[in-house]
Amino acid sequence: MTARAGALGLAAALAVALALPFVVSNFRLFQFTQVGVYAIALLGLNVLTGYNGQISLGHGAFYALGAYTTAILIDHWNVPYPLTIIAAGVLCLVAGFLFGIPALRLEGLYLALATFALALAIPQILKYFEHWTGGSQGIVLSKPAPPWGMKASPDQWLYYFTLAVLVILFVLARNLLAGRTGRAIVAIRDNPIAAQAMGVNTALYKSLTFGVSAAYTGVAGALSAIVIAFVAPDAFNVFLSITFLTGIVIGGLASISGAIFGALFIQFVPNWAQDISKAAPWAIYGVFLIGFMYVMPFGIAGALRRVAARAARRGTAARA
Amino acid sequence: MLRRTVLSALVAVLALVVPATAADTPGVTATEIKIGNTNPYSGPASAYGTIGKVIGAYFKKVNDEGGVNGRKINYISYDDAYSPPKTVEMVRKLVEQDQVAALFQTLGTPTNSAIHKYMNQQKVPHLFVATGATKWNDPKNFPWTMGWQPNYQTEGRIYAQYIMKNFPDAKIGILYQNDDYGKDYRKGLHDGLGEANAKKMIVMEQTYEVTDPTIDSQIVNLKNSGANVFFNVTIPKFAVQAIKKAHDIGWKPAHFLNNVSSSLATVLKPAGVEASRGLITALYMKEITDPQWKNDKGYQDWVAFMKKYYPEGALDDQSNAFGYTVAQAMVQVLKQCGNDLSRENILKQAENLKNVEFPLLLPGIKVNTSATDHAPLEQEQLAKFDGERWGLFGELYDAAKK
Repeated sequence: MTARAGALGLAAALAVALALPFVVSNFRLFQFTQVGVYAIALLGLNVLTGYNGQISLGHGAFYALGAYTTAILIDHWNVPYPLTIIAAGVLCLVAGFLFGIPALRLEGLYLALATFALALAIPQILKYFEHWTGGSQGIVLSKPAPPWGMKASPDQWLYYFTLAVLVILFVLARNLLAGRTGRAIVAIRDNPIAAQAMGVNTALYKSLTFGVSAAYTGVAGALSAIVIAFVAPDAFNVFLSITFLTGIVIGGLASISGAIFGALFIQFVPNWAQDISKAAPWAIYGVFLIGFMYVMPFGIAGALRRVAARAARRGTAARA
Repeated sequence: MLRRTVLSALVAVLALVVPATAADTPGVTATEIKIGNTNPYSGPASAYGTIGKVIGAYFKKVNDEGGVNGRKINYISYDDAYSPPKTVEMVRKLVEQDQVAALFQTLGTPTNSAIHKYMNQQKVPHLFVATGATKWNDPKNFPWTMGWQPNYQTEGRIYAQYIMKNFPDAKIGILYQNDDYGKDYRKGLHDGLGEANAKKMIVMEQTYEVTDPTIDSQIVNLKNSGANVFFNVTIPKFAVQAIKKAHDIGWKPAHFLNNVSSSLATVLKPAGVEASRGLITALYMKEITDPQWKNDKGYQDWVAFMKKYYPEGALDDQSNAFGYTVAQAMVQVLKQCGNDLSRENILKQAENLKNVEFPLLLPGIKVNTSATDHAPLEQEQLAKFDGERWGLFGELYDAAKK
């Protein structure tokens, strides 16, 4: 019952996503493209934090690394933008894996602090390599036009492009997490000693998870550079990393669909808060945050799962 | 028969065309004009958010007094938290959803860079941006964008000229913030001195990061370099430290302090009046905490405005005078537009400011623009701190003439 409901929900969501460009304005579409970008980043962080139990307060750094990889490749060498996304993913995979190795020695809050340092450092590092990064001026890019003479606006094209990347990455993540690897990742979170006793190479898995997580976030950063058509250090401050963490908790930890809900939250709720009160938007945002946490302690995805489970129970009870 | 068909077709076409011209003035109705803005009301640069607020307060005053040519200004200002992607989103909202007639005083260098191309593709006036970078005055490539304040390089050149004239044997030490702002000042000084002089005169350059706790060691290094002229390119927090430290270690160079930190209330007084005596800066606005303007009509009007329309705004924050003045310039542009508030005409009138003076600009400083000059303010005057006030001296320096 719940599985079928899930499949139905997925099909409906995909249909809505595909139809969106025909019903909403270019500006709204741009916002939904950003939702797609955030969803990929959140999925990456969720693999690490939700599934593997490693807290990162520094994923903004990988997002920045991905964004700058794309921007520099396009700006300096005119590399076609789809290739730059792959490059950003690979680079962040390596960077994440390497960062994951020393991070092995750190648990919980200590790891959170170490990653936090990464988030703090990145804007300054970007300014330091001015020749490549353009310093605090950043790098201005051009929005790609739709290929093959397609009759679509650049916003529509970028939306579908992002959606395609999102679907591919979500399917990959689902396959990864549903299988043996996924079980090992979760086992490490739940009980690292037991996992090791069962023959899981915890060190390797943790570093790999870090790498995969960083790769996802890096791809998201690369997409953001293309969608915004501009990168600058000020876009990647500490607050971005915190926003990602907020997104996965609100969306639902250890949940793939949670990344989408979380992305919708971090994209739209700050704007609503500003519409409600110009004087204290962040206070309103805080109220939303507390409200969500109170009503849905397992995030939006968790709440939906519970509603579905209850409906299923009622269904069986009625039949019996 | 044919003629009738043609005629009716013509009428139909006309019917389509006539409302189309009305639609050419987005953001404008018979009773209002929409002006868009982004400001950092939250985030690392939120101290500047007061500029966005004081502008709103000034437009409210204008509206209370009947508006401009019978239209009220509908000022829509969003928070971008100084984050370029957020600026892009908010500006697209302003242009595509709210359909503002023009964008005005969007704040910050990286934030404006992010929307620079977009505004010019959309052909929406992008007026009087709140940043001291030089790139906004580029009407050839970006005809819809216009700066406002004198840029940092200009100011650097002013000091260079003064130094060459009055300190031919200068040994210059520079302290600057390691970013665009600092580098622009440094470049202005270098350019002003010329390559040969720069090489001969500049004995040491020191930098700091905006996140550094102190700059004490840089000051000590500069003193030890034997410099007798100090070019101090720092934001208020570090300016206070620099002035104090130089005084404490007995270094007494001719001390040039950038305009960014010229506030009596937030820099000179906290640093100490004795330590600040003799500082030289370049000004284009009346420094509102300077007692010499206490009885000035422009200043008093501003205080009365602040008390009535923006009572929570600080009276010792120069940003509030800055926002008030630039809002007056926007109103001037709208006044000049008369009844034609198309985007083309708004830009045309913004390019047609001729010798306009505003009450809080220094006496004699005039705003001038043209189709080839998108830098409204290009004049500044040097001033020396006498322990109580900035004493203006010398003639107005005009970057447009040199």
